[in-house]
Amino acid sequence: MEIELTNSIEVSQTYSRSFLLGLYERMVTCRQFEDRVKLLFLEGTMPGTIHQSQGQEASAVGVCAALNQDDFITSTHRPHAHAIAKGLTPEEIMLELFGKSAGCSKGKGGSMHIGDMSKGMVPAIAIVGGGIPLAAGMALSFKMRKRSQVVACFFGEGATNEGAFHEAVNLAAIWSLPVIFVCENNLYGASTAYSKTTRVPRLSQRADAYGIRGETVDGNNVVKVYEATLQAAEECRHGEGPVLLELLTYRRVGHSRRDPAHYQDKDEQAFWFARDPIALLANSLLNSGDVNEADLRDIDARVAQTIEDAVTVARAAPLPTEADLTTDVYAMELT
Amino acid sequence: MKHQSIAEALREGIAEEMERDPDVFCIGEDIGVPGGFGGAFTVTLDLEKRFPDRILDTPISELGFIGAAVGAAMMGMRPIADVQYSDFLYLAMDQIANNAAKLRYMSGGTIKVPLVLRAPVGATGRGSQHAQNMERFFIGVPGLKIVAPSNAYDAKGLLKAAVRDDDPVLIFEHKLLYGSKGARAETGTTNASSDVPDEDYVVPLGTASVRREGSDVTVLAWLLMLHESLAAASLAEPGISAEVIDVRSLAPFDWQTIGDSIEKTGRVIIVEEGPKTGGVGAELAAGIMERFPDKLIAPVTRVASADIPVPFSPVLENLYRPDRQRITAAIREITA
Repeated sequence: MEIELTNSIEVSQTYSRSFLLGLYERMVTCRQFEDRVKLLFLEGTMPGTIHQSQGQEASAVGVCAALNQDDFITSTHRPHAHAIAKGLTPEEIMLELFGKSAGCSKGKGGSMHIGDMSKGMVPAIAIVGGGIPLAAGMALSFKMRKRSQVVACFFGEGATNEGAFHEAVNLAAIWSLPVIFVCENNLYGASTAYSKTTRVPRLSQRADAYGIRGETVDGNNVVKVYEATLQAAEECRHGEGPVLLELLTYRRVGHSRRDPAHYQDKDEQAFWFARDPIALLANSLLNSGDVNEADLRDIDARVAQTIEDAVTVARAAPLPTEADLTTDVYAMELT
Repeated sequence: MKHQSIAEALREGIAEEMERDPDVFCIGEDIGVPGGFGGAFTVTLDLEKRFPDRILDTPISELGFIGAAVGAAMMGMRPIADVQYSDFLYLAMDQIANNAAKLRYMSGGTIKVPLVLRAPVGATGRGSQHAQNMERFFIGVPGLKIVAPSNAYDAKGLLKAAVRDDDPVLIFEHKLLYGSKGARAETGTTNASSDVPDEDYVVPLGTASVRREGSDVTVLAWLLMLHESLAAASLAEPGISAEVIDVRSLAPFDWQTIGDSIEKTGRVIIVEEGPKTGGVGAELAAGIMERFPDKLIAPVTRVASADIPVPFSPVLENLYRPDRQRITAAIREITA
């Protein structure tokens, strides 16, 4: 099952200029958000820890572009790009990262639990694999209520060696649940290489074990990701789910905080760094002739302003107080 | 009014809640297989005939289906999940403790998880891994509510309250109290049947109940130990007047009812099936000493199991499980 990883993206007439530029803008938003957060973290003004997703923007944006507003995603300890792609604003995320009470989880969730149910994102589940059974259950609720919604369940390749993956995919399979299992294979579980933990060359092969369809896609090609997700979502909406999508991608940054990722092989890095998902789309758009350099720079500048505004708002926003400490534990308090 | 076993009362309660609310469904292993068991202790027997689309039999997959129940609950469904033996909850610990209990807080109060999770406990001749009292592992997990009914009236009323509650509720049930019949009947059972009204009712979560009034000592117990404690209180007569409280709600504790009793007696014995170390009784004892230090006229004492895995041989199992003789001795000692 060889996957062709090319450095050009087919931006045919199928897609409008505004659609493609929209994908570009969302990917740039993810990238700039993460780069800005990294600086804030390194300068010591942002609390906690961070797991960043530079290099994985095409999978977040491509998947979410294929979903409807009322579809849901589940995410992982590395959720910032997923959140932006699903429609959370940089401001509500930035507020949460600063632990502010106006954050998307009132400052009670933090970086690893970013989410907003009103926008179709469950607070990210930071236990590896822990969100996969939730996704199956959410899809079960859609099926029982005869809704046409789907769940896109993001996880890394490391999660496929968790028991939670096995049990939840199996459940979704026997009940034909509308879940797209989106495995972002960035080749490393923290610092440990995929090849050290998994014998099958392609994770999509694991779909066979559950009797469902699996597919491996170039996860740095946002159009390919979009198309694969759209097809998977259609299948799910017609009772032909679940589907396992393996998106091949790469982290351009360390696992967390100050990790310099010395474990990444140099040749491998060179190969993947030359396949930056944003640059791939930008170059293809420029080559198509419909878009010029200035168009892209305008978007970049607009996004930079949005991110900077989010930082300004987040820095100035009030912190939670002691009165907030013990609220939001129960929906119905017992005295 | 009718007289029912806990298994019958739970079954009727589940059916009534499913009739009342189409979002209620059951999910678990062997719960609705025609010709099967109706769950390990017959609680869901034949319900699949009335609710063919809402009794979901799962693979043997506790992490998976309990996690799925949490996910469905998060979207507004009201699942009643059950495990065959509470020992299996270890397999689903992540989904219960990290997801069900925390999703509301982690979402800044936007998510509700109206999950009910039923789990049978108790040493019943099955050795170490189908015998544990798992209550202890969950009382310290903020976000969960926990109840443990000792009779049929409470079982039905607490189940209904749990289904209607918007938070995750664990219901621990005792194998020797179900009154299961047929192939799934237990030996050495205690009769926990009671009168159950025909009309709809709930037993509020978070409440204890005084089962026997007395003035010399307060005995705190739940599930099977409540029955042993009542028997012990009778054995201690005449001469010692023991008040017996069915703790019933293990998270949160009903400190009002407990405190009122201690005000009267000044002495407390906590009876628990399960190892003494790190048990529910430890938290009860500490909470009592923090809240009511001036009311106590004697140190709080505990009657619990030895700090060992649950043994198989009936003679050893009976030594493991506190009984009325040991409780009576503790009553005599604290009032001596």
